[in-house]
Amino acid sequence: MIDKKLLEKHGLTFEEYNRIVDLIGKEPSYTELGIFSLMWSEHCSYKSSKIHLKKLPVTGENVIQGPGENAGIIDIGDGMAAVFKIESHNHPSFIEPYQGAATGVGGILRDIFTMGARPIALMNSLRFGPLSNSHNRSIIDGVVSGIAGYGNCMGVPTVGGEIYFHDSYALNPLVNVFCLGIAEHDKIFYAKAEGTGNPVLYIGSKTGRDGIHGATMASAEFGEDLEEKRPNVQVGDPFKEKLLLEACLEVMNKGLIVGIQDMGAAGLTCSSSEMASNSGTGIEINLDLVPQREEGMTPYEIMLSESQERMLLVATNKTVKEVQEIFAKWDLEAVIIGHVTDGNKLKVKAGGEIVVDVPVDAIVNSCPVYNRQSKKPACLSRIRNINLPAPPEDYNKAFLLVLSQPTIANKEWVYRQYDHMVQINTVFLPGAGASLLRLKGKNRALALTLDGNAVYCYLDPRTGGKIAVAEACRNLACIGARPLGVTNCLNFGNPEKPEIMWQFIETVEGIAEACKAFSIPVTGGNVSFYNETEGAPISPTPVLGIVGIVDDVHKAVSQGFKNEGDIILLLGKTKEELNGTVYLRALHGKEEGIPPQIDLAAEKKVQDFCIEAAAKKLIASANDISEGGLAVCLAESVFSAEAFLGCEVSLKDSIRTDALFFGETQSRIIVTVEPENLDTVLDLAGKRDIPITRIGKVNGQKIFIRHGEKPCIEVPVALAYNTWKNAIPKIFQIKS
Amino acid sequence: MKFGVVVFPGSNCDYDTFHVLRDVFDKETTFLWHKDHDLKNCDCIVLPGGFSYGDYLRSGAIARFSPLIQEITEFAQKGGIILGICNGFQVLLELGLIPGVMLRNKNLKFLCQHIHIRIENDQTPFTRSSKAGQILKIPIAHFDGNYYATPETLVELKKNDQIVFRYSDPDGSISEMANVNGSMENIAGLMNLDRNVLGMMPHPERASEALLGSADGKIIFESIIDYIESRK
Repeated sequence: MIDKKLLEKHGLTFEEYNRIVDLIGKEPSYTELGIFSLMWSEHCSYKSSKIHLKKLPVTGENVIQGPGENAGIIDIGDGMAAVFKIESHNHPSFIEPYQGAATGVGGILRDIFTMGARPIALMNSLRFGPLSNSHNRSIIDGVVSGIAGYGNCMGVPTVGGEIYFHDSYALNPLVNVFCLGIAEHDKIFYAKAEGTGNPVLYIGSKTGRDGIHGATMASAEFGEDLEEKRPNVQVGDPFKEKLLLEACLEVMNKGLIVGIQDMGAAGLTCSSSEMASNSGTGIEINLDLVPQREEGMTPYEIMLSESQERMLLVATNKTVKEVQEIFAKWDLEAVIIGHVTDGNKLKVKAGGEIVVDVPVDAIVNSCPVYNRQSKKPACLSRIRNINLPAPPEDYNKAFLLVLSQPTIANKEWVYRQYDHMVQINTVFLPGAGASLLRLKGKNRALALTLDGNAVYCYLDPRTGGKIAVAEACRNLACIGARPLGVTNCLNFGNPEKPEIMWQFIETVEGIAEACKAFSIPVTGGNVSFYNETEGAPISPTPVLGIVGIVDDVHKAVSQGFKNEGDIILLLGKTKEELNGTVYLRALHGKEEGIPPQIDLAAEKKVQDFCIEAAAKKLIASANDISEGGLAVCLAESVFSAEAFLGCEVSLKDSIRTDALFFGETQSRIIVTVEPENLDTVLDLAGKRDIPITRIGKVNGQKIFIRHGEKPCIEVPVALAYNTWKNAIPKIFQIKS
Repeated sequence: MKFGVVVFPGSNCDYDTFHVLRDVFDKETTFLWHKDHDLKNCDCIVLPGGFSYGDYLRSGAIARFSPLIQEITEFAQKGGIILGICNGFQVLLELGLIPGVMLRNKNLKFLCQHIHIRIENDQTPFTRSSKAGQILKIPIAHFDGNYYATPETLVELKKNDQIVFRYSDPDGSISEMANVNGSMENIAGLMNLDRNVLGMMPHPERASEALLGSADGKIIFESIIDYIESRK
């Protein structure tokens, strides 16, 4: 009997239920209800975000596959393609940090190799509550170990990413994982179930009861029932996945399969119905044939299980034997559980009975789409106008305090737990503004970065969305890379609340505007709503993953200073923009006011200039100014130098000194040039109409910054370095 | 000469090692599948890094039961040159071809970073092109690299000059600071008594191209090639 309580448990409204009855012309069986519950969940259907995601530009000359598939694909020349995507695993990672994060990595890897690409890089964007809290530290420890445990075992390097700490993530950490793979154009595979009578094979781990209703869980807020949800989190087996990766690439390389889909969210349900839907066919499967780990599983449980490391594959009657032999070679099960049919229906048999018989179109394409109400949060106007605190007396103290903020401090404690060198392509190691991966045997190289600033988005989501795109592209421009494509992970609260919906719409429109300004297509991504625990939402957090290309890997520019005596130049102009900065949070605990604004046209010009100057081998180092401002940017270049090289800088602008040093005005990059290149660079900047100022030189063993003639920051390099380097390990050592 | 790179299920530095041997050193190189019983006439067998069988039980513990291990053991007994890198080293320890065991790193975390090692013995097939005392900048990437052996074994290892590499500071001093994983005697690489089997935790294949930050690891492959070619 289907009643209100049962529908609630399945996350369906009465209206949605009535629509299901209309679509399938009968009352759904219990198993069928479970299927609709998953496939019509926010996580799988994008019902609240769909109409807004349409605003994103998705086309471009390099795009091979845009949104809607397992991952986006862009052309990178020579018949090669980059396949990439970002996904969230926020909810599972809060309930069970190690397994939640590990299976997040497992899932994104499958998304990539399902398409025929060999994964060559992982990145992650992590957001946690403050490190001062021991529960937060245990979550961080679990998440980082989980990512390391899975990625390292798979032999896919984790080459970069970002970590932020903020109160709003204490009860709702964010774990966004990105993966990039490389495929040949003619060996890309899709989730297709073509050819009536073709066998449908179940590959990989046996099905258990883990992860049932994972997607529904990810589509609701958390309350006090957190502990009860722990069994919803899947358990990962990276070794099995490594075998799956090698075996799948082998059958694909040999051209033995028609289509393939991984069993991720919504497991067997999603993979079977989507494959049929994509091909306008039907699928019939027999659950008695599905390899099972536990006894007495019901059809409902088998269809909804999210056990990891499983794939659904369609072969032909001719090739199926060879396919099974290859999986046997890798010690994997490959069992025929059904076949492709005419008639667009998903038919599921168990114990000789038909337990599911519904049109695939109803499952996959008929979920209602909502244009939810939106309303600007009232609190925004309250926090708009703030009185800025007075500038600090002691700039050295302020500088060291900013450097020791976990968001700014060195993250080696994290990234040295990740194997970031396996596959031997990593040219720029983690900690660089962007990761650089060579392509063996080629001159060109791929550049990757993840970026997003939630504080800006909280204060002004439209601007925050634009800046997320601009800053990611700026990271690429600094190493000399042109952006090619974008994937995004949009992490927000409950979309049924108008104020959250407003944040979402504003952010998406900001991202869309910036992507258009940079002429880069969005090739896919993920929306994660309901990031709320006990009614408190996270700050709106878009994370942008951008992939770019450097034509000659030997011309790529790194952020560390290179030679004593090199001239330091500032591209762009500093405005008095202190609101929303790390500095104001660190010194005064303030997160108010209007965040830094951005002029996308000016930004694009600065970036193009940097890319041009890099290609002409005119610049020795480049680093973009972001969180922590100009002073932190200089410090990073000092710390990244092979041997410590200090700097002597003098800034002349007549604005507040703290805004000059720690403000986060956009569209600024610090570059250094060898003295003999100075005139050429100034000339070129003049021609391209780029604001450029000579501010100092690489010199000595101090970080020495003046405002006008007045010395303000004067700190020995070793002191600054140790403050920055030891901030995070110190917290773990002392307090763990 | 010909190199063979063994592929266990879960090996993941197999392609890296293959790339360096074939494309950087221009040597004939072939993969050796763990289920086969064929070393394909290779002159040097490399057991690459990775996570053989997932290393869920103990690093390298299951790989020693792979069919090809029979041929590898015979090859070792006949004096064939075997290099075990990282997980390959752990497999050699499990096999008993090299004495000792690996414990978890002292900080109980996986460690991936560039470190320095000092060459302790240049009279080996693996270091003959180098000079004792030479420092190499080279990456490590492991969870279980904390070498342990009984005091009696350690005495033997030292007496027979079986310690080939030690973790060191960039200037070559053997310090506790440099001993990132907590290994006894800072041991980073060891060979058997007959000097034809070497196990090392650092990854020379990750330090064979300057573009990637160091080419110091090349000296190990150069030594092996020189040794084998000089015998032909």
